[in-house]
Amino acid sequence: MRKAIITGAYDTDVGELPGSSCMALHTEAAIGAIADAGLTKSDIDGVLCAYSFTEPHLMLSSVFCEYMGLQPKFNAAIEVGGATACVMVMQAAALVESGQCRNVLVVTGDNRLTGMAKGGAVATLAKVGHGQFEHPYGMSVPSAYALVATHYMNEFGVTSEQLASISVTAREHAILNSKAHRQTPITIEDVLNSRVISSPLHVLDCCLISDGGAAIVVSAAETGDDRPKVSVEIMGTGQGHTHEHIMAAPSLSDFGCKQAAQTAFQRAGVTANDIDVAEIYDSFTITLLVELESIGFFERGEAGPACLDGALKIGGRLPCNTHGGLMSYGHSGAAGGMFHVVEAVRQLRHEADGRQVEDSQLAFVHGDGGILSAHCSLVLGRV
Amino acid sequence: MTGKPIPVANPDTAVFWDACNEKRFLIQSCKSCGENQFYPRAICKNCQSNDLEWQEVSGRGTVKTFTVVRHAPSPAFKADLPYVLALINLDEGVSTMMNVIECDVEDVHIGMDIELTFELRGEQYIPQAKPISKG
Ligand SMILES: [Zn+2]
Repeated sequence: MRKAIITGAYDTDVGELPGSSCMALHTEAAIGAIADAGLTKSDIDGVLCAYSFTEPHLMLSSVFCEYMGLQPKFNAAIEVGGATACVMVMQAAALVESGQCRNVLVVTGDNRLTGMAKGGAVATLAKVGHGQFEHPYGMSVPSAYALVATHYMNEFGVTSEQLASISVTAREHAILNSKAHRQTPITIEDVLNSRVISSPLHVLDCCLISDGGAAIVVSAAETGDDRPKVSVEIMGTGQGHTHEHIMAAPSLSDFGCKQAAQTAFQRAGVTANDIDVAEIYDSFTITLLVELESIGFFERGEAGPACLDGALKIGGRLPCNTHGGLMSYGHSGAAGGMFHVVEAVRQLRHEADGRQVEDSQLAFVHGDGGILSAHCSLVLGRV
Repeated sequence: MTGKPIPVANPDTAVFWDACNEKRFLIQSCKSCGENQFYPRAICKNCQSNDLEWQEVSGRGTVKTFTVVRHAPSPAFKADLPYVLALINLDEGVSTMMNVIECDVEDVHIGMDIELTFELRGEQYIPQAKPISKG
């Protein structure tokens, strides 16, 4: 089987970008990633897109290809909520490994902060709830995650301070990253004193809403040996799916991340202990905490105390979300998950200026969509 | 200003919502494998049989988990703040989402016993949970 490698990665500015558009962000990210790979537009024979809130379309990938002037041999849009970026990378790897494509462009972007009315993104996100059996009860995405948080805290003794330390760690990393959307220092007290959105989650337990775009190029390993940048191998990928609606989740302690990560580790021939840096979906503080334990990076009940102790910081036991994550770097829909992928590539290339995890060789990336519903894990290695 | 969402029945759920208007909560019981399921589907999610039977529940259950919502997802819910959103385990072994109403939000806890009640929303009654009334 051919090996799939990430040859190019790029993300646009992130944050409040008045004047940006969904398609302009897509193309800026795409052009950046293609150039980063040392390729030209004509080398791209596969395109994967995600979804958009501001320019929703039945055929977003076709709209994008037309906008940018691409006529690929393979083209599709994928929608699995926050798992989309990782699922697209997994699909791109499969296209390259099977010989159907040589260079697949994986591109995301949205202007959901400046391109929608106030509250528009939150209202659109709430549509992951069930129209007949969840919406009538006033469920939002934060309140659905709060249902998981109440259960998990009760079951495993997790404290609000521990959750707050996840938010504080993300902010500390964002402060090291000049591109991050939020850079004001915060303390655990700031998180605990911030407005409660849905108990036990405060506003500072929640991710941002940002404009931005990100793209990567996945290539067949044997193509071209004059690449400008260090290549990153897609060593293992895996998915896990247990439900869509939180009312139908078979467990509130274990989710599809367990299966996704096990499969990815097994295919890569590594274990959680081998990982040097982790970029894990952090839509809420509870999201990251549950995933860290369900995946097996920490024993049950230990991720919270470990984070308070600095384990997730750069230089800690498991440096995590080194760019600042969805909580402080930015969240632009499917691009939010793609920021994690781009950051993993930067860490493995040793080009994460000011926040580099020393000599990182192996990265783990994870995305989750819905209410911990759809999961995809990637194990990436420096070639 | 638009009001709170009113469920719109489809062919899978019409029997359920009609029963709610008689203040009865129905689940589906599979005559092939014996599993109970909620929400209503055209087939049994366990064995794919379409030999399903409607069964009225006892109306008792417990709070599986909950949250006190303090930021409304839409203007229609602002007047209700703070309100409790909960997952309820019904005694028949199925899980549903409801609000826990007719009590102080601070009194709701995991494992709390509840009984079903029905709230009129437009022309449709929707199931809700409330603490079991004493006596
Ligand atoms: Zn059955």
